[in-house]
Amino acid sequence: MSEISAMTRNERITARIKQRYVAERRFRALGFVAVLFSALVLAFLLFTMTSNAIGGFQRTELRFPIDFSSGAITVDPSQLEGPAALQALEGAGLADVVNFSAAQSVGDSAAAQLDDSAWREVAKRLIADPAKLQGKLDVSLPVSDDLASAWRGEGDDELKALASQLKQQGKLVRALDLGFLSRSDATDPQAVGIWGALKGSMLTMLVTLLLAFPIGVLSAVYLEEYAPKNRWTEFIEVSINNLAAVPSIIFGLLGLAVFLGLFPNFRSAPLIGGMTLALMTMPVIVISGRNAIKSVPPSIRDAALAIGASRVQTVFHHVLPLALPGILTGTIIGMARALGETAPLLMIGMRAFVASPPDGFTSPATVLPVQIFLWSDEISRGFVERTSAAIIVLLAFLLVMNGLAIYLRNRFENRW
Amino acid sequence: MSPAIPILLALGLGLIGWLAARSRAWAFRKTARAGGAQLHSLPNYHGWYVSLWAIVPAILFALVWNAVSPGLVLGHVLADPAAASLPAFGIGRDAILSEAQAIAGGQMTAAFNPQSAPLVEPFRIAIQRYSSIGIVITVLLGFAGGALAFLRLRPGFTARTRVERAVMGALLIASLVATITTFGILASLVFETVRFFGFVSPAEFLFGTHWGPDPMATPAPGMGERYGAIPLFWGTIFIGAIIAMVVAIPLGLMSAIYLTQYASPTLRRWMKPLLEILAGVPTVVYGYFAALTVAPVIRDGAQAIGIASASSESAMAAGLVMGIMIIPFVSSMADDSIAAVPQAMRDGSLAMGATTSETIRKVLIPAALPGIVAGVMLAVSRAIGETMIVVMAAGATARLTANPFESMTTVTFQIVAMLTGEGSFDHPATLSAFALGFVLFLVTLMLNFIALRVVKRFREAYE
Repeated sequence: MSEISAMTRNERITARIKQRYVAERRFRALGFVAVLFSALVLAFLLFTMTSNAIGGFQRTELRFPIDFSSGAITVDPSQLEGPAALQALEGAGLADVVNFSAAQSVGDSAAAQLDDSAWREVAKRLIADPAKLQGKLDVSLPVSDDLASAWRGEGDDELKALASQLKQQGKLVRALDLGFLSRSDATDPQAVGIWGALKGSMLTMLVTLLLAFPIGVLSAVYLEEYAPKNRWTEFIEVSINNLAAVPSIIFGLLGLAVFLGLFPNFRSAPLIGGMTLALMTMPVIVISGRNAIKSVPPSIRDAALAIGASRVQTVFHHVLPLALPGILTGTIIGMARALGETAPLLMIGMRAFVASPPDGFTSPATVLPVQIFLWSDEISRGFVERTSAAIIVLLAFLLVMNGLAIYLRNRFENRW
Repeated sequence: MSPAIPILLALGLGLIGWLAARSRAWAFRKTARAGGAQLHSLPNYHGWYVSLWAIVPAILFALVWNAVSPGLVLGHVLADPAAASLPAFGIGRDAILSEAQAIAGGQMTAAFNPQSAPLVEPFRIAIQRYSSIGIVITVLLGFAGGALAFLRLRPGFTARTRVERAVMGALLIASLVATITTFGILASLVFETVRFFGFVSPAEFLFGTHWGPDPMATPAPGMGERYGAIPLFWGTIFIGAIIAMVVAIPLGLMSAIYLTQYASPTLRRWMKPLLEILAGVPTVVYGYFAALTVAPVIRDGAQAIGIASASSESAMAAGLVMGIMIIPFVSSMADDSIAAVPQAMRDGSLAMGATTSETIRKVLIPAALPGIVAGVMLAVSRAIGETMIVVMAAGATARLTANPFESMTTVTFQIVAMLTGEGSFDHPATLSAFALGFVLFLVTLMLNFIALRVVKRFREAYE
């Protein structure tokens, strides 16, 4: 106390200013930490997903040669054409030949760990090139999930010993698995792929786009250009703003009660999923569309009207083309959100196990986020990696869409 | 039957009508010009007028026919003598019928059920017959509409006005979709909720403290005790409005302050998109992150400091990750409200000798407070409606506890659980999902409504 009172007035002011500057720096640092935290969390999230996903794009394979020259498979080359080729090879005992060759090369216990559908990959190569039926074929085929976990050092001791032995011989390898992008769901993490889910997502998004874009743009045009200012218009506006903020799961309930009530046969079909997501995406398109239309200066409208264009011509020939980049940006962002959406699609039954890619808009399908959710329930390490790989694919799609939106915004942005 | 063929035919007719009408209008124009007169509308509008008349009625009919014809086909097949041997009711009958239909339509090659084989032929005939009837009527309608419209074309015909009237009609219909959706949501939720309250009284539902529906049990009096939603409400509020907000409000607010008031333009240019990426990550990814990475860390941490009840699915993990998800949302709302504070207030404070942080804390934030509060309300409404994170990380046990390390369930989790189970659609357990959805809808609606009001008031105050 005496110290402070001993200070001169000037010193006291200097001390206080110092204190205030310290507080200033502390506050500033706090803000920086907050921003840094978000960045670090994002980096950490991407890092965990990527490091897990690297394993997800690979699979554990057995490498061994198959000798067809001994005539183990007798199939007429004409049978290898057309859709019945796979059955023909199966009937000729290809699966046994594959297992036999594996047993000869890597031993019985390892051959038993070959994936059940491994012979199909051999069959595909034979169908692509029937000449291979005459000679030796070096194959690299997926093994069972048990052996794959043993390769990582998990599970059964016997299998672990087998795995490390085969690994040393170079017969058991971990290889890039491009088939992950072209197969569909399966029960074994070694055999799963995301093409089915990806195709389902694309079909669903197509329905969403075809419904939400025209409806969204037309209602944006109506509300912004033509709607009279009255209670009814106000009511429409309020309902659009509210729809934009309604939790997505509520749209799922609507889809379940209304769409599935109307079309009970289309459970888990991309058509119903797309319709549900379209209702969710439409308000986003309306809101961004209105902003884009609003930013077109009135002088454009006045000029068009002055030279005799009708009100519809003014809007469709002049205002809408100028607003289109902004509308498209909003649409892409809305579609990106719909692509990542899971909850409403769970409600309408898109969580079934679908082992083949959907044929059309009305066949059962699943979508990428739902596939991620379904795989995330599996505890096997193989599925953890596959899930992360699927997440990376989903994020890549979202990144491309958002990048496109940003590009459009920068490329076509008009400053009036 | 797919409606694609009739629709394509109708569109083809429309194209023909368009070309024909346009060339006719060109001919009018030539003769009119020769006589010194003018067409009322440009030739293109004549084309559109005719093609609209050719396309719209035909497509409407095709869609209606597409909805009606399966019933007609079924009626035709059932009248066939081969259908007499079908079992009278039940799943077997439906399975046989749908199998026969699939084979007749070419989606399946062989029948599992021998009983469906004799029905394939009647189905094929009926499908063929009704789809050709549909195509013929569609084409006739399209042709008739187009021809009638074509005959009305005259040099003075007001084609443009009519086409524009149709466009305005389409605009109005499009803008009604949002309203219809709102009503659809309300109607479906209210309808199912009323059915649910037929089993369980509203008081038991809203104030009961025990949640444990059994989708397999037959509905019986007294089961209302199992439908007390208070633990769900508490779990939702605890995770979405307390834990998530404790994370999101300080971090979001400080990020907004730093980025708007302190950061260099370069940093801002990099950090804003980064925050947007954080907002654009799908919730299922956050959920997976919470379940796989965050939850085990939290459980181990809690057990290390002596909380034995810590479980691997905890309210804490879900809430934390949800908070991170909400940061960009809070930050952008705070950003907007701070930017809306007039520059003069900030300049005045700085001119009086206040430091930047003093200006922010004592002038900007109090002035922007209504906007910030509204933003927080919107953030809460988003957090309590969030589904995937809690489904994947929060757990299924309904508990009334304040211990964030225990597993806890929420309204959205239970909606998913009740509707993805095996229960029948008429069971109170399934219906309870709609009642929960109704409560969720009302609460988020209220929060949004108040927040938007506050934001509007606040904007007006400074304009």
